Amino acid sequence: MERISAKWRGGTAIGTAIVLALAAWPAAAVEISYASGVVGTAIDSFRERVKPWEEATGNTVNFVPMPASTSDQFGQYRLWLAAGNADIDLYQTDIIWAAQLADQFVDLSGPAAEIAAASFPAIIESQTVDGRLVALPLYTDAPALYYRADLLEKYGAGVPRSWEELTETAARIQAEERAAGNGDFWGFVWQGNAYEGLSCNALEWLASSGGGHVVEADGAISVNNPAAIEALELAAGWVGTISPPGVLAYQEEEARGVWQTGNALFMRNWPYAYALGNGADSPVKGLFGVAPLPAGGDDGGSAATLGGWNVAVSKYSQHQEAAISLALYLAGPEAQKAGALGEAHLPTLVALYDDPEIAAAQPIVPRWKEIFEQAVPRPSAPTKGAYNEVSARFWSAVHETLSGQGSAAENLELLELDLDDLKGRGW
Amino acid sequence: MTDMTAPLSDTAPPSDARPRALRKEPDLEARRRRAAFWFLAPMLAMLICVAAWPLARSIYFSFTDTTLTSLYDGRWVGFDNYLSYRQLSSGRVVWRGTLADPAWWNAVWNTVRFAAISVSLETVLGLMVALVLNVRFPMRGLVRAAILIPWAIPTIVSAKMWGWMLNDQFGILNDMLLRAGLISEKIAWTANADTAMAAVILVDVWKTTPFMALLCLAGLQMIPRDIYEAAKVDGVHPVKVFFRVTLPLVRPALMVAVIFRMLDALRMFDLVYVLTPNSSATKTMSILSRENLIEFDKFAYGSAQSTLLFALIAIFVSLYIWLGKVDLGGRTPA
Repeated sequence: MERISAKWRGGTAIGTAIVLALAAWPAAAVEISYASGVVGTAIDSFRERVKPWEEATGNTVNFVPMPASTSDQFGQYRLWLAAGNADIDLYQTDIIWAAQLADQFVDLSGPAAEIAAASFPAIIESQTVDGRLVALPLYTDAPALYYRADLLEKYGAGVPRSWEELTETAARIQAEERAAGNGDFWGFVWQGNAYEGLSCNALEWLASSGGGHVVEADGAISVNNPAAIEALELAAGWVGTISPPGVLAYQEEEARGVWQTGNALFMRNWPYAYALGNGADSPVKGLFGVAPLPAGGDDGGSAATLGGWNVAVSKYSQHQEAAISLALYLAGPEAQKAGALGEAHLPTLVALYDDPEIAAAQPIVPRWKEIFEQAVPRPSAPTKGAYNEVSARFWSAVHETLSGQGSAAENLELLELDLDDLKGRGW
Repeated sequence: MTDMTAPLSDTAPPSDARPRALRKEPDLEARRRRAAFWFLAPMLAMLICVAAWPLARSIYFSFTDTTLTSLYDGRWVGFDNYLSYRQLSSGRVVWRGTLADPAWWNAVWNTVRFAAISVSLETVLGLMVALVLNVRFPMRGLVRAAILIPWAIPTIVSAKMWGWMLNDQFGILNDMLLRAGLISEKIAWTANADTAMAAVILVDVWKTTPFMALLCLAGLQMIPRDIYEAAKVDGVHPVKVFFRVTLPLVRPALMVAVIFRMLDALRMFDLVYVLTPNSSATKTMSILSRENLIEFDKFAYGSAQSTLLFALIAIFVSLYIWLGKVDLGGRTPA
């Protein structure tokens, strides 16, 4: 009994010592948990990037890896946030989530005023809900048209400027390549699976042909119009002709699979495919180039769906001060530059596009500025909490049109009705 | 009962053994009941926590307008999530709610179709495999273990694996069929609305047939050997033996196996979620309800759908037990 209490007293003494030490050095021993989807080597490069912050503050960062699919991440985050989970301090969020999760995140407009002023205004705007800046941009994303420069040259064709031109060139070179013995060759691969990516693809077809943005910035439903119907009919004509029938189940990686094995002339994809396509073991290494996506018709302009990732601070975090500090660091120039150098991430800070070091190491980054300038946002801001459902209705209508269940005119008319019901008296 | 009380009365003094035992019996019974209750209590408490309470919550949520962002501020809205109607100013009546939602009925149809086809195929194939495994042959133990492998692989893993095998461009299935000359061009199994359901059923049958086979095998081994010997002596044709002897005797086990599989198939989620998550040709009730619960921020609406799913399964199982006269107590029907 005596010995046990002595032991206890010893334990209490040690405990008191720890508490005192903590009080004397408040910044120590805080562990910040950061949840993020993982693609490729993301974990290693993230650890590398946060090291300077860890050394400067004495805190540690615990990386919580999540599935690559954004909808899987969204489902999990929404559950965690609904339950008031204090285990995760920072979330890496997709550009379209801001309005849907805004209530659960801390307003960063005060601490991040400097970063906000140095960023592209459109991106800051996309993360601002009712005057609160709910997430800080880490990097932006905009897709481009990947083309096989060697094949275009071989058959004397130019990089297509319009969708019609793309259709023509793809059909011609596909036929020639197949006649030359490459039976698995296809003209154009893209993302036709019924998921968020199809909404991005289809938004580009519509926006580039003057067919609107499904739901406009003022909340008006614009999807049912002749230009949109025409754009969708053109795309439906690709399936089974210049694009494999299976394109209706392709996401980014399936499209890249066909492209990177050398079996496609054109591909629509995000910047990540550039570095991978030029990897040491890639059969298309050095054989391809990138250009802005084609425009629709004669008077249309190119359009690329705006993507990108941001960092948000959970309002349930118990170490908000440290979490905000890490968010500011990750969104700041030092970390963004490291991301651009290491992984060709497109910075959201305007000044970094003129950085000579980045231009030298990743010539793709300054080139993407041109593509990025034509980026169109998805209608996540006007549709607020209903965005996921709007997008799901949109991709379903597009997917049905592409797979031949009803014409574009019929499906878009029904979609308009559905969206109208969904909107009710207002988004 | 009696054999349990016998030793007790044996230890008592012989003179008043009988009356005491008689007096004690209700007491003992009550004590045993109490003991049984206390032994069961932790399990009951557990079941209430993990099954009854969440079920009651989601049924409650289905009558409110709760969203995931405000779980505790839902208002009572009655049956609006199930069915409601509004009269527009033009006089037109519009029906709203799950029961008026074509997506829901499409999901019901998909689920029922999936369950009926996959469970029938699994039952027939499982019984066939069980009949083979019931015959003595060398290395039977090894084969019995090996056949269980698909069942042992987690569904998410086998679904991903099949996803690659079914891929139109680099999938092995298309490659084999092309080489064998059975198809002339690559088929996009999971992308095509006509083949998506077939693909899901194929993977499910592959995965669950071993489970059926195992349950059938257990049933087959209960059949006494001498019945077969008698049939053999009488010179009955093997096909007739199967239909007249094996099938009736294995039926109770088979019915229980079918009900297990049916319950599983009606709440089908994982395979579809991995293989064809957004295809309306394969969307099941569980997939649809999850979509509304989490993705679309219509928590109450999704709760209504999961409540309906629960009700449908409950009705189905009751009907099955009643019509099939299945005795879950394990006794063979008269």
